[in-house]
Amino acid sequence: MDSSPIILTLASVVLVSTPLIIAVCGEILTERSGIVNLSLDGTMLMAAMTGFIVAFESDSVWIGFLAAMAIGAFFAFIVAFGSIRLRQSQFAIGFVLTLLGDDLSAFLGQNYTRIPGPVVKHYAIPILKDIPIIGPIFFNQNAVVYFAFILVAVTWFWLFRTQPGLRLRSAGDRPEAGFARGVGINFQRYLYTIIGGALVGIAGASYSLNIKIGWSEGITRGLGWIVLAIVIFGGWSPIRGMFGALLFGATKALATYLQRTFPEVSVVAFNAIPWVLMILVLLLVGSDFTERVIMIVPKSLQRPLQRMLRISPPQALGSTFVED
Amino acid sequence: MNTSRWFRWVWPAVPIAGALVVTSLLLFLFGAAPFEAFQAMYQGAFGDQSKTLSVLAFWVPLLLSSTGLLITFKAGLWNIGIEGQIVMGAVAASWVALNLEAPSAVLIPIEIVAAMLGGALWAALSAVLKTRGNIHEIFSGLALNSIAIILTNYLISGPWQPPEGGTFRGTAPFQPSALLPLFANSRFSPLSLILAVIAFILVVIALRGTFWGLKLKAIGVNLRSAFLLGVSSEREMILAMMFCGALAGLGGAVRTLSWFDSLRQSISGGIGFMALMVVMLANYRMFLVPPIALFFSAVLSGSITLQLRTQLHSSLGGILTELMVLFVLLFGDWAKLGIFRKKDDDG
Repeated sequence: MDSSPIILTLASVVLVSTPLIIAVCGEILTERSGIVNLSLDGTMLMAAMTGFIVAFESDSVWIGFLAAMAIGAFFAFIVAFGSIRLRQSQFAIGFVLTLLGDDLSAFLGQNYTRIPGPVVKHYAIPILKDIPIIGPIFFNQNAVVYFAFILVAVTWFWLFRTQPGLRLRSAGDRPEAGFARGVGINFQRYLYTIIGGALVGIAGASYSLNIKIGWSEGITRGLGWIVLAIVIFGGWSPIRGMFGALLFGATKALATYLQRTFPEVSVVAFNAIPWVLMILVLLLVGSDFTERVIMIVPKSLQRPLQRMLRISPPQALGSTFVED
Repeated sequence: MNTSRWFRWVWPAVPIAGALVVTSLLLFLFGAAPFEAFQAMYQGAFGDQSKTLSVLAFWVPLLLSSTGLLITFKAGLWNIGIEGQIVMGAVAASWVALNLEAPSAVLIPIEIVAAMLGGALWAALSAVLKTRGNIHEIFSGLALNSIAIILTNYLISGPWQPPEGGTFRGTAPFQPSALLPLFANSRFSPLSLILAVIAFILVVIALRGTFWGLKLKAIGVNLRSAFLLGVSSEREMILAMMFCGALAGLGGAVRTLSWFDSLRQSISGGIGFMALMVVMLANYRMFLVPPIALFFSAVLSGSITLQLRTQLHSSLGGILTELMVLFVLLFGDWAKLGIFRKKDDDG
């Protein structure tokens, strides 16, 4: 039963979704602090390239991941420094970094394309792996996958159940109020933009070291944009973001399956799903439609439904804050 | 701070030189002599007539898109969705080319109008999502970019696939009368250049010399006070986006009807994103846009020759232009560098 095709497919969906989950958590931390790091697509490519080359030369995947984190943090630092200290548009800087990361990774990695390299070792967790169905899907994976799921829990707890998390959210929601309470708004933004960037770095490297193994030009192209979409349709929450990433992985798998079964029908339209969902969620956030739906249902259901549907983007997302 | 006028004007040359230095270091790192590499790039761009024509052919849609972006940036809009607008222009032109049969004199104007409509409507979607749905144009633009590219892939692999079967590369070549007349044996269409120049002049006049341009500026500088002064921000924003989309769509038509001869998977070739960089590097000064766009086209064409000669990856051209834009963005405004800011703030 462990090797039934459905179980294997689900396990591979979990595996391919992990970089997205990690990057989504990173970008949620960044956006919750009030900064949009638009450079994800380029950052992930740089991290995938750096991670692979360093791991290849040092023969250690972990050193590769560290290097990828450093690159991710560095790109994020440029966005934070440019927008906070130099007061330039964070969108413009992130956007240029996206393109730069794409070209720079192609150039710097040109001598390392399509060669085998070190791989994250498979490690099944004893006992847990024997749980029927769930075991082979979630616990018969490797350290990066476990890290992703632990990260979701930690990020959620940090954001919504701790003091530092409250300070972080104040920077993105009500910077003036937070500042009056003694929160160093720009320090928070620097900190979480850089941490978020480092996580995006891990995500990029987990592509070249764990999923597609090896480096080739544009290996993760497009995924950074997808992550930005998932952050939004996950309502800036790590748990919903995780489901968003898994949903994305599942639609990909489903599309592949359908294409194999019905080769005469084109399934490229499936790729549009995350984007359509993203627009719909943004429409829900921006209009009073949700409120109206909630008013229709019986009174006793209103509160739980409101909790379920409530999505609040950070109010000060993308704005600058001048401390004085 | 009393930095003189000329100093502020000359200062941006410093970050640009910085970009050249970093690119040279990269070349060194990969064992190439920077001077020879830049020389190869120059020869690749202007070495002979066919190369120059190819630079011009790349320049025209880039200039059209950058011109469109001048309008949206003026209104304070970050039209990252321009990439999708180029694609939809190309799709609309292709639809005409595949479905109508007529002599060139009739067909080409229809294609151009269709392309401009396609781009404009795609841009209008982004604008309406902003004014009515409160969605930032960056997010809707990104989504619409992806959806436009997915639609192209669907058309190429499905309904519009060539008779010999879907290859995912493109449609079958269009009928000859649907294609723009080309100059000599190149991909350059003089007609498209004329259209681009007219578009640029009209946009400069509209932005500099009309009341509409003033209204856009008011919206771009301060949306709320413009609204209080009675400028209908919704109408002007949608119009600004649609004009930009129309020019981008025209650029898409030029790509599909002269650079290629069919609808291709990567029809835009990143021209929309590049146009955003052109306008950023020009720092929204209109008359810098055509030369910078030409420079970008030359660097990109030149880097292909560089790859042929030195085996170095052609992404070097992109790196050079992107570093220029990044450094100018970060360090190009002397006043914002804030080297003297501490003193000012304290005083």
